[in-house]
Amino acid sequence: MNVLLDHLADFREGFVGTVLLTLASGLLAMVLGVIIAGFRVSPVPPLRMFGTAWVTLFRNTPLTLLFLVAWFVVPVVFAPGLSPWMKALLALSFYTSAFVCEAVRSGINTVPMGQAEAARSLGMTFVQTLRLIVLPQATRTVVAPLSSIFIALTKNSAIAGAFSVTELFGWQKTMSDQGYAIAWIFLWVALGYLVITFSISGLFRLLERRLGVAR
Amino acid sequence: MTNVSVAKEDVATSDELVVLRSVNKHFGALHVLQDIDLTIARGEVVVVIGPSGSGKSTLCRTINRLETIDSGTITIDGKPLPHEGRELARLRADVGMVFQSFNLFAHKTVLENVMLGQVKVRKADKKQAEEKARALLDRVGVGTQADKYPAQLSGGQQQRVAIARALAMDPKVMLFDEPTSALDPEMINEVLEVMQQLAREGMTMIVVTHEMGFARSAANRVVFMADGRIVEQAAPDQFFSNPRSDRAKDFLSKILHH
Repeated sequence: MNVLLDHLADFREGFVGTVLLTLASGLLAMVLGVIIAGFRVSPVPPLRMFGTAWVTLFRNTPLTLLFLVAWFVVPVVFAPGLSPWMKALLALSFYTSAFVCEAVRSGINTVPMGQAEAARSLGMTFVQTLRLIVLPQATRTVVAPLSSIFIALTKNSAIAGAFSVTELFGWQKTMSDQGYAIAWIFLWVALGYLVITFSISGLFRLLERRLGVAR
Repeated sequence: MTNVSVAKEDVATSDELVVLRSVNKHFGALHVLQDIDLTIARGEVVVVIGPSGSGKSTLCRTINRLETIDSGTITIDGKPLPHEGRELARLRADVGMVFQSFNLFAHKTVLENVMLGQVKVRKADKKQAEEKARALLDRVGVGTQADKYPAQLSGGQQQRVAIARALAMDPKVMLFDEPTSALDPEMINEVLEVMQQLAREGMTMIVVTHEMGFARSAANRVVFMADGRIVEQAAPDQFFSNPRSDRAKDFLSKILHH
């Protein structure tokens, strides 16, 4: 019963760990996802191919496998000396970026073709057309699926706990190892996640309402 | 306009603003443009007419490379159309385009629509861009709507904003792709009047339209297209009173008598 009060500091540390990991990988996934979506609709075939390959690879690989790759392959082949937190960040954000990309791309497809044609006929470059005309109009459609993607990301970040990154779900293991009743541990962990996911959906609902007024 | 001291060929080449040479384009199995040769002189107003599906819109869109072509060449002011990229963007800035469905930027106000190209493409100063935008909006008669969003305007007003947006780039030539086809009848005239005024001021214009009245009054030349070919071209008087080809006679008999 007193598992939370007895280990409040650890719990807080785990909670903050989950929030930070989710925020950081969400941000990176967002940036990567928009760029890759740009690649996928670009007029340059190699970029389109790269974008398609990226999405195919990261969307179809189990996240746990990506964590294993980040832990055991990335240090050997690409970047040795990454901290576990950085490795978790990479695995989570690359994985999530594939889903962000597809959400953004579906948003781009809802913007009428004529908008981009008008921009191009004014002499805007592809990047200007995307940034100034198409993406702002795609935002409204993308907000709803993005909120689901970030909620999924929050819960996916639990996998990092199994790889000894300090986060909320990892706290559960430590506590049950110490013999506390499992039901209470899970209750507190679940509440912790709910706080984060509810905040995300609230934030996006607010965003949706604001974008709705702007039109 | 005539310059006696310059040799005749020089006048001819420098006067040719848009030149299409044996242009071909396919949409799958459909041969939409077949060996199109067309030269548009500086200051000329060319009206392209023809039955739907004749390739006239496609022709218009190839000139700023919104549609690519399979073979042939298109030059604008002596420069061949480059491939997709910065250079093409630069060239497109000199070619104004007005669409059938207006295509005003839905998330920008009318004023921003007319300023955007100047600021982002021409790198003009914001203040000057706004002044110019307001002047152009006044000129096409929608100055009072500057702060509204496109969706709040009537079709005729939107199309006039679209013309102002294109003019803001100081284009060398203006392309009109059926500019009045999506408009209610009572709004067609307000757009045509703006276009007529432009023509009088000496703008080079290529106009795809079904408005025969506009062709008669504003065009220097009528180009009649059918089945992907230019069947006939002539001065409007001559074309409407005495078309040479059977295809044109047939077309005119269908649209002029009802």
